Amino acid sequence: MTWPVIADIITSVCVLTGALLSLIAAVGLLRFPDLLTRMHAGTKPQVLGLLLILVGVGVQFGGPDHIGMLFAVAMFQLLTAPISAHMVGRAAYLYRHVHEEYLVIDELMPVMGDGAE
Amino acid sequence: MNVVIWISAAILVVAAVLVLIRMTIGPTMLNRVVAMEVIIAIVVAGLALEAVLNDNTTTLPILVVLSMVGFVGSVSVARFAARDEKGRKA
Repeated sequence: MTWPVIADIITSVCVLTGALLSLIAAVGLLRFPDLLTRMHAGTKPQVLGLLLILVGVGVQFGGPDHIGMLFAVAMFQLLTAPISAHMVGRAAYLYRHVHEEYLVIDELMPVMGDGAE
Repeated sequence: MNVVIWISAAILVVAAVLVLIRMTIGPTMLNRVVAMEVIIAIVVAGLALEAVLNDNTTTLPILVVLSMVGFVGSVSVARFAARDEKGRKA
């Protein structure tokens, strides 16, 4: 097998897996009961799905400039996803958008006290 | 390989429609924000698929910009706009 054929196979597998992860995340986003579980589902295309698709694209193009740009995309995604997840989760907890009966353990409540902002 | 790319694009479209449904029915602003982040990730994936399909790299800088500023919307909504729904159960 020559390199273009191998590259095509790698790209096909990575891209298809990434798209399926996006679909799984969408189904989870639609079906899960509360905000924290939906956030858990939403991280799949944000990190793993996107990284797989970027690997597929990078294998196809090659070249340091394109790889560098795709690497920048992956780095920014990995840097910014935790920030927004932290802010959304914090706001959800503070404004009581979390179903308490789904929580196995809640270590934040005794620290904050009730009604804290 | 083009067939696989088109199938993946179709899967992405289905996923985007499902996420749009979640964004429409809410029920709170924070749920819509989570859905919006997923939509941004799907758009980035779709643009990457377009780059592979047409074999041009002009869309790659758009990916960089989208992944760089995509989180600003959700952070600002979580910081400021979620305040309006205080006390309401999700």
